[in-house]
Amino acid sequence: MALLSNAAVLLEKELRTEYRSRELLTTTAVFILLVFMLFSITFHPTGSESQQFGPGLLWMAFLFAASLMLQACFLREQTNDTLSALRLSVSDPFAIFFAKLAANTLFLLLTELFMLPFFAGFFNVRILHVLPQLFLVFFLGSLGIAIPGTAFSAISAQARMRELMLPLLLLPVLTPVLIASTEVTAGLLDVQPAMNYSGLGLMIGFDVVFLTALWLFGEYLLEE
Amino acid sequence: MVKSIINAMILFALIALTAYLAFHYAPIEKTMGVIQKIFYLHIACAFSAFVAFGICFYANLRYVFTRQPKADWLGVSAAEVGLAFISVVLVSGPIWAKPVWGTWWVWDARLTLTFVLGLLYVSYLLLRSMIEEPDKRALFSALFGIFAFLDVPLVYFSIRWWRTQHPQPVILGGPGSGLDPRMRVSYLLMWGALTGLLILLLTARYRLEAMRASVEELRREAEAQ
Repeated sequence: MALLSNAAVLLEKELRTEYRSRELLTTTAVFILLVFMLFSITFHPTGSESQQFGPGLLWMAFLFAASLMLQACFLREQTNDTLSALRLSVSDPFAIFFAKLAANTLFLLLTELFMLPFFAGFFNVRILHVLPQLFLVFFLGSLGIAIPGTAFSAISAQARMRELMLPLLLLPVLTPVLIASTEVTAGLLDVQPAMNYSGLGLMIGFDVVFLTALWLFGEYLLEE
Repeated sequence: MVKSIINAMILFALIALTAYLAFHYAPIEKTMGVIQKIFYLHIACAFSAFVAFGICFYANLRYVFTRQPKADWLGVSAAEVGLAFISVVLVSGPIWAKPVWGTWWVWDARLTLTFVLGLLYVSYLLLRSMIEEPDKRALFSALFGIFAFLDVPLVYFSIRWWRTQHPQPVILGGPGSGLDPRMRVSYLLMWGALTGLLILLLTARYRLEAMRASVEELRREAEAQ
């Protein structure tokens, strides 16, 4: 119970920080829009090509955006010298990760949902009839990105060239999530929509495995 | 020193013998022809790479829980040796694929994930070079190594879950799979020889890392005085 109440307080702190600055959400959304635009003007896809490559592009844009967005998560604590205070304030260090993970997943999910109409418009795909299923995929995908993302943000904050280190550590680990989420999204956006359950299973498996690892090793990630 | 030179020479003889067996004793495969011979090296190297990454994972766990520098030395040695073996896998695979598939590389699930595995351990080594303080470097790279190793089962499961051009498992692939006895002998010997090579490289690299650590410590003592 202490874990949950501690995490709730820390989550509120994360949300309030973002509410005051609105830095992460706006920059990430603009970044995703930029990727959409750059892709379209570089490859100039036809209608059928847009449908074919759209899901992959969508997730790639999310992945790159996330690898930039997650930098701030521990870097902010490091620059403000608040990590030790944060550690002392909770009885279970996992509460810190739990809160940051929840905040990151929420931020990612919000940006993705906000960007979805733009994607549908630019790439001419119909989304309304599969919206609940897409929401599920987005949630599992965001969680899959945020779990190792939060952990590696704590690692890269300790390294030199940390801005470059986080994508280097994160992107290879996220390949299975990228493949699975693209497969599932492509299945849903097809002319005859179908849920790819093995892809969904892989995403759930990935989330469970990495969440367990974070729970087991989280306290070591906070050592200074 | 003399002992390790003798060991290396014995191993070299064994590898030469297995190469001879693979080419002259094992029969030529019916559909792929002589290019299939590369499998002896490809599969044995993949096996050694996975064993090395397994050792790295064990060393990483051991470091996180015991904080012994020896575990860190073993971790970095295993990662480097594993990377060397996986490089052979990633080079020998395309040499086989060109005549059989008609292309050097396809982004199919298993190739991609093997490539990713190589990249993961490159990132592991890069991370080490980006953290100055030895204790921090050991701890954070060990933690990343643990997370990175969790991708290995995904490589395995991807064999059967995702669409793939890769040959289905032959040796333990279920009914209808199996090997000619002469092929099996050659495979097993190659496995043995490359596992020997893995052990040899690992011990040499471990010794080097131990020496590097003691030099670093001496330097720090000298600077403190």
